[in-house]
Amino acid sequence: MTATITSPAFRENAHQALQDKQLQAVLGTMRTGFSVKRAEAAAALPEFEALRDSARDIKNHTLAHLDLYLEQYEAKVTASGGHVHFARDAAEARRIVADICRALGAKTVTKGKSMISEEIGLNDHLEREGFTPIETDLGEYIIQLRHETPSHIIAPAFHLSAAQVEQDFRRVHTQLPPERDLSEPVSLLNEARQALRQHFLAADVGITGANFLIAETGTSVIVTNEGNGDLTQTLPKAHIVLASLEKLVPTLDDCAQMLRVLARSATGQDSSVYTTFSTGARRASDPDGPGAYHVVLLDNGRTGMLGTSFQEMLRCIRCGACMNHCPVYQAVGGHAYGWTYPGPMGSVLTPALIGVDKGGHLPNASTFCGRCESVCPVRIPLPKLMRHWREKEFERHLTPATSRSGLALWGFFARRPWLYRQATRLGAAALALAARGKGKFASLPFASGWTQGRDFPAPEGRTFQAMWAAQAGKRRLAGAQPDVKGQAQ
Amino acid sequence: MTARDEILANIRRSLGVTGQEEPRRQAVADRLSRPERGIVPARGQKNGAEAIATFRTYAEAVQTTVAVVSGPAQVPAEAARWLSANNLPARLRMGADARLAAMPWGATTLDVSHGPSAGADLNGVSHAFAGVTETGSLVLLSGPDNPTTINFLPDNHIVVLDSLDLVPALEDVWTRLRAEAGDDPLPRTVNMVTGPSRSGDIDRTIFLGAHGPRALHVIVIDRHATA
Repeated sequence: MTATITSPAFRENAHQALQDKQLQAVLGTMRTGFSVKRAEAAAALPEFEALRDSARDIKNHTLAHLDLYLEQYEAKVTASGGHVHFARDAAEARRIVADICRALGAKTVTKGKSMISEEIGLNDHLEREGFTPIETDLGEYIIQLRHETPSHIIAPAFHLSAAQVEQDFRRVHTQLPPERDLSEPVSLLNEARQALRQHFLAADVGITGANFLIAETGTSVIVTNEGNGDLTQTLPKAHIVLASLEKLVPTLDDCAQMLRVLARSATGQDSSVYTTFSTGARRASDPDGPGAYHVVLLDNGRTGMLGTSFQEMLRCIRCGACMNHCPVYQAVGGHAYGWTYPGPMGSVLTPALIGVDKGGHLPNASTFCGRCESVCPVRIPLPKLMRHWREKEFERHLTPATSRSGLALWGFFARRPWLYRQATRLGAAALALAARGKGKFASLPFASGWTQGRDFPAPEGRTFQAMWAAQAGKRRLAGAQPDVKGQAQ
Repeated sequence: MTARDEILANIRRSLGVTGQEEPRRQAVADRLSRPERGIVPARGQKNGAEAIATFRTYAEAVQTTVAVVSGPAQVPAEAARWLSANNLPARLRMGADARLAAMPWGATTLDVSHGPSAGADLNGVSHAFAGVTETGSLVLLSGPDNPTTINFLPDNHIVVLDSLDLVPALEDVWTRLRAEAGDDPLPRTVNMVTGPSRSGDIDRTIFLGAHGPRALHVIVIDRHATA
């Protein structure tokens, strides 16, 4: 619920997460969940790969002309009776939202799911200002009851079991009979539906995020499966949209392209249940809808990413595919990353938004396996961008002294190939001898971090380079054969 | 400097532009005045009975139920049948849509009320602006004819879709809206609805009926059958 930063403690966070049996049981389901569904949905649409190219190109074009599309977007929102508010940073965005709520005499504020709201720590601020914010996305509602933050950008309560949710509902929904049966997960859904329905009807202001903003028409777009975003924005006196600048796309047609890759990449659906295009406030003849429409456009460090290699990160449409496919996320979950955005996209975005001094550990939390890039609907080169952050972290001397001296030692040998070969030859031979033919070590000096969790494989005696050299003669002979045949034909 | 001016200035500094470059302005003006359709999947490109069948396949894949009737006069009877078959009360809320109003609701035992929903209605009926074959989706427009609250507050939503309004893709909906409404083509709200409400937030399992309708029933008026 807050934007408290624990990213500098990533190592400790990750260690705790690995010891958390309940969390590990939940994370174990990831391999058969989102990633399988995404693969099936992608395979079922022959045009999917071409649509990813199209989505990438649309975002690149928009970012290259962002100033002009923003001006067009703003003009269109204003023409349709809405208001656009620009916010340089989190504090300014919070203040704008609170001011709108205050001007309307609001008490209760319902909220659709918005990562920007998490990024700026909006709920705490609204509470301090005397308003009652109520999250209406089921996952967000659950974590609000627990005073937690989302652990996943599209499944905020991903880290929780049904039993934990049942405990929370019994603790909070005290108006309901304590003996009621909540053993079936669907009964939890029904209870939340009843509880939130009253809030939807009573709310004064509804706040949603935006998956896209459309310059052509001044439209904001939300994509949900529950319908909570629609009830949030339709019933109150005012609808406030929170969005960051890079949500913009040029036209309605461009948005249609993006929608095809968003749902498939996120949940494996061909389309989310509710895709809603909102333009301005209630019209004169409308019998329902909000009387006022405000859009708060947040920068918070993004304009500084334009024109750098990190501009590519601004293509991100927040589908969550990168984290669903990430072996590190699958091992430690989202909270370990310590700020709003977890997984590979968070490892690139977080240092840009909160500083490499605070977020610098995150780009190191990658094996560079490349699965994130292989599934990214807008083809963001996430491993490359994480490598750029590692370089920046090293340049700024933020890497720990042990890592730096280790790298310096390796660098000394790597620049002297003969010495490198001798040293690795001696090392491999010594380790093989020390392993006494067992092929592995259960413990090794200076490597307890590794051997605590698993054995360290022992070298068999010769280095790869030595074996490669020994094979060279045979390879030359084998390589000559096709040429001989080729000439004969 | 206002936040707006500062943000725009930052963007321009980062991109190394002034905002006045004619080629950039022209590129944006062209894109906005002649929207590119991009890649539209082949799977929705169907006509006539095949379009209805394809729409039905994708709609049923996301737990929408579909009934096909031969004319507008058959719609009330089908709505009454569906409500009765699901043990639901014979009550319906609808907006002021003239196409719905012209149907013979009086020939059924349904108790019909009019206007937006305030949250107490179990069943609502709307007339779709369009259906999207590619995804089995319905497109509904806000306004007095089909108030947005009817799409979300009732537990059960019946949507009437004229097969002549079935289009291959969302892009075709935009084309039609631009043709009908010109420079400001969109009403306050355009809802694209693909199945009944659901959530996967409890136990990482999908359950229907999160906040919006628990059930979505589409009644397709098949104009090809009567033609």
